[in-house]
Amino acid sequence: MKTIHVTTTVNGDTVEYLCDPRETMLDVLRDRLNLTGAKEGCGTGDCGACSVTVDDRLVCSCLMLGVEAEGKTITTVEGIADGENLHPLQKKFIEYAALQCGICTPGILVAAKSLLEKNPDPTESEVRYWLAGNLCRCTGYDKIIRAVMDTAADMREAS
Amino acid sequence: MALDDRKTTDFKFIGSRPDRPDGLDKVTGRAQFGADAHAPGMLHGAIVRSPHAHARIISIDTSKAEQLDGVKSVVTRADFAKDLSGEFSFVLENVMAGEKALYDGHAVAAVAASSALIARDAAKLVKVDYEILPHVTDVDAAMADDAPILNDTYADASVPSGLHPNVVRYHDSGHGDVDAGFASADLVIEDSFKTEATHQGYIEPHACLATLGNDGKGELWCTTQGHWIAQKTCAALVGIDTSQLRVTASEIGGGFGGKTTVFIEPVALALSRKANRPVKIVMNRSEVFRATGPTSSTSMDVKIGMMKDGTITAAQGIFRLQGGAFPGAPMEFSAMCAFAPYALENVKQIGYDVISNRPKQAAYRAPGAPMASFAVESVIDELCNKLGLDPIEVRLKNASREGTKASYGPRFQRIGLVETLEAAKAHPHYSAPLKPGQGRGVSCGFWFNHGGETSVSLALSEDGTCQISVGTPDIGGSRASMALMAAEVLGIDYENIRVTIADTATLGYNDVSHGSRVTYASGLATIKAAQDAVEKLCKRAAAKWGIPEDAVFWEDGCAKPSGANAGNFDPVPLAELTKDMGATGGPISGHFEATPEGAGVSFGTHIVDAEVDPETGKTAVVRYTVIQDAGKAIHPTYVEGQFQGGAAQGIGWALNEEYIYGEDGRLQNSIFLDYRVPVASDLPMIDTVIVEVPNPGHPYGVRGVGETGIVPPLAAIANAVSAAAGVRLRHLPMSPPRILRALVAQAHEG
Repeated sequence: MKTIHVTTTVNGDTVEYLCDPRETMLDVLRDRLNLTGAKEGCGTGDCGACSVTVDDRLVCSCLMLGVEAEGKTITTVEGIADGENLHPLQKKFIEYAALQCGICTPGILVAAKSLLEKNPDPTESEVRYWLAGNLCRCTGYDKIIRAVMDTAADMREAS
Repeated sequence: MALDDRKTTDFKFIGSRPDRPDGLDKVTGRAQFGADAHAPGMLHGAIVRSPHAHARIISIDTSKAEQLDGVKSVVTRADFAKDLSGEFSFVLENVMAGEKALYDGHAVAAVAASSALIARDAAKLVKVDYEILPHVTDVDAAMADDAPILNDTYADASVPSGLHPNVVRYHDSGHGDVDAGFASADLVIEDSFKTEATHQGYIEPHACLATLGNDGKGELWCTTQGHWIAQKTCAALVGIDTSQLRVTASEIGGGFGGKTTVFIEPVALALSRKANRPVKIVMNRSEVFRATGPTSSTSMDVKIGMMKDGTITAAQGIFRLQGGAFPGAPMEFSAMCAFAPYALENVKQIGYDVISNRPKQAAYRAPGAPMASFAVESVIDELCNKLGLDPIEVRLKNASREGTKASYGPRFQRIGLVETLEAAKAHPHYSAPLKPGQGRGVSCGFWFNHGGETSVSLALSEDGTCQISVGTPDIGGSRASMALMAAEVLGIDYENIRVTIADTATLGYNDVSHGSRVTYASGLATIKAAQDAVEKLCKRAAAKWGIPEDAVFWEDGCAKPSGANAGNFDPVPLAELTKDMGATGGPISGHFEATPEGAGVSFGTHIVDAEVDPETGKTAVVRYTVIQDAGKAIHPTYVEGQFQGGAAQGIGWALNEEYIYGEDGRLQNSIFLDYRVPVASDLPMIDTVIVEVPNPGHPYGVRGVGETGIVPPLAAIANAVSAAAGVRLRHLPMSPPRILRALVAQAHEG
């Protein structure tokens, strides 16, 4: 099978890879770049566990082809902490126990970060609708919503 | 190990809410789940599945697949162990079909290739010739005289004669005289109910990485709720000695009972043996829905008699559970849990385990109980409505207490049902006004909980810190609970304890993370292992001081002489004793291996407000409160999380989720778009009240909390929806079309 050469930016680093044109961005991240933080829960864009941002847009990486990453800037869960300093959302998720099994957590963190960048003062409804594309089967969402709202409040105060 | 009466209140660590030890791993993407493993030379497996609900396999031609460049091995049923019996034979038959495909999605062959894409292509090249047979997917239809027979050898001796061979097990229990009880009632209501199959819906699909050499030695990495049972089952299915297969449990992305058995693991091992290479298999979502454990669908009849003052005089239930193509539907749990919240003199319950052309059911959180509770609590609600009684007062009047003879036989020890009902009555939610179009429902629920085989090892390090090896996969924060309990015994900081989920080669046997047993049993084992270590620490201190061992006791992380007669010595902290342990007698560790049998049963009471749109039949859950007895909440935040998660899954089950089969017997909604679990915008915040009535069977009073939370929601929501819609809903899920049909039918009748 003929592979295609792609140059892109992932979590701030320039990376190059060869991929089959049928491979999804999620396959590339996990199998070619060893970034297994993004998870495949459904493969149909319904669960959000593979959420990443592509040029600051929130995307289900299972619905994007690896070849489409050419020239783009991609951020995964592995790229949202600043060195050893966790992103405020990451800290709050631990503090609030906004995760139980943890499989949906990477996607939810990426999605929530994307929300707060666009809307630093979301209502509960806005958080719930923004995160409606990220399934969590363990928590009932209560603690997740609280963690996001509280992070937003802290970040507003800090800025 | 009984409740330690001296220590149920003045805890230093228990009941606090520290960060979980694996929190950083989970928020940074560092945690390694089932599909995250890689091995040098790894192949990818793909499974060929039957498109037919019921079909004889005439022939399987794998030659074209084998010729595809990159394909390294192909297996069929011939590559697995022969002559298995009992449960193993059912598991093997489910893992890889033999003579017949028994449901849409049943595995019939598998391939391993150098890439996942090639494996998928190769699977399409496997040619299977089928003779299509008549099928049945509905539980009532499967019991009918003219139903197609799936297997005429599965029925066991419990089944009364004259029933269809698809009825494979039968249960009958109760006490008293129900006929006399019904005769003495002021009002008797009998109703029929149905529930559809729902899937556990864990977000992580099944995944594994297997290596098996022709020397009979293997390694398996997989997402599982129990790696010892996976070890035992996989070894049997591929025909090797149990000890020669080492199984490591990955982080687990949800299970809820659905990861208590194996599906792809034996297939990966068989492919690996044939190819002499590691093989990884990851299910896609459609495979998860089509071929792994949903819960049973049910058909139930419940009859209850009540006096005008609310006293229940008799209760009877018939519970027919469809459990897929193999025996094992949890009908006895439905029967035994149905009336457990109530002290009944006359009670009778019957269960039928019925096979049909659907995937083999797997445990789903309190298996069998939520459906039974839905039927029973709906009838009680109807009786309360007709007699003009308050639903909580009626439940209090009949509630099971300490000493009550349970509907399923034994007498209850100390239990907390009354306390949950009192808390519900006092909760502001119960007296809050409702808006027009809204209804309020309440329901109680019961689950047994479970102990199970348990081993824990605890090792002290020279710097005074501690490592614990447990054998129960951490499915929702149990590492934190174990560390808290060890900290409590040892008297060292929570942060100084590392908890590891040990693999099968490094710890004794452990039962599965199921039955709400982990915080109870692994917790008890952790406490005992820590006490074992403390005993050894006290011995070292006694030797150091030159006094008898029994003249030393442990307090606040230090060995102390017990009383003036023991001598006047300064307390010695743990770190000082471990610093020299190499010179004073060698390493210090603690162990515990046993089968704790004091798992306390658990009760919960839920209150829910629902709003029904009469135009569309759509329901919104507007307020939800969970009140449940935890015995003792080790880490209250994660206890709340279990309550909230159970309620959310119950809401999905009550309102949306169902397996929908076509006339052709194929599953029609095998992706998350069509099998829609609740999303954040579907739910309100979920309020929780943790009741703590100590379980006498655990040193700190712990009861399991994982499962009870999904028992009351189905009925509580059905009662709320029925109140809001003005019509009784007896078929779950109460999806908009079903509610609308009920509203239209009522309008025609009215």
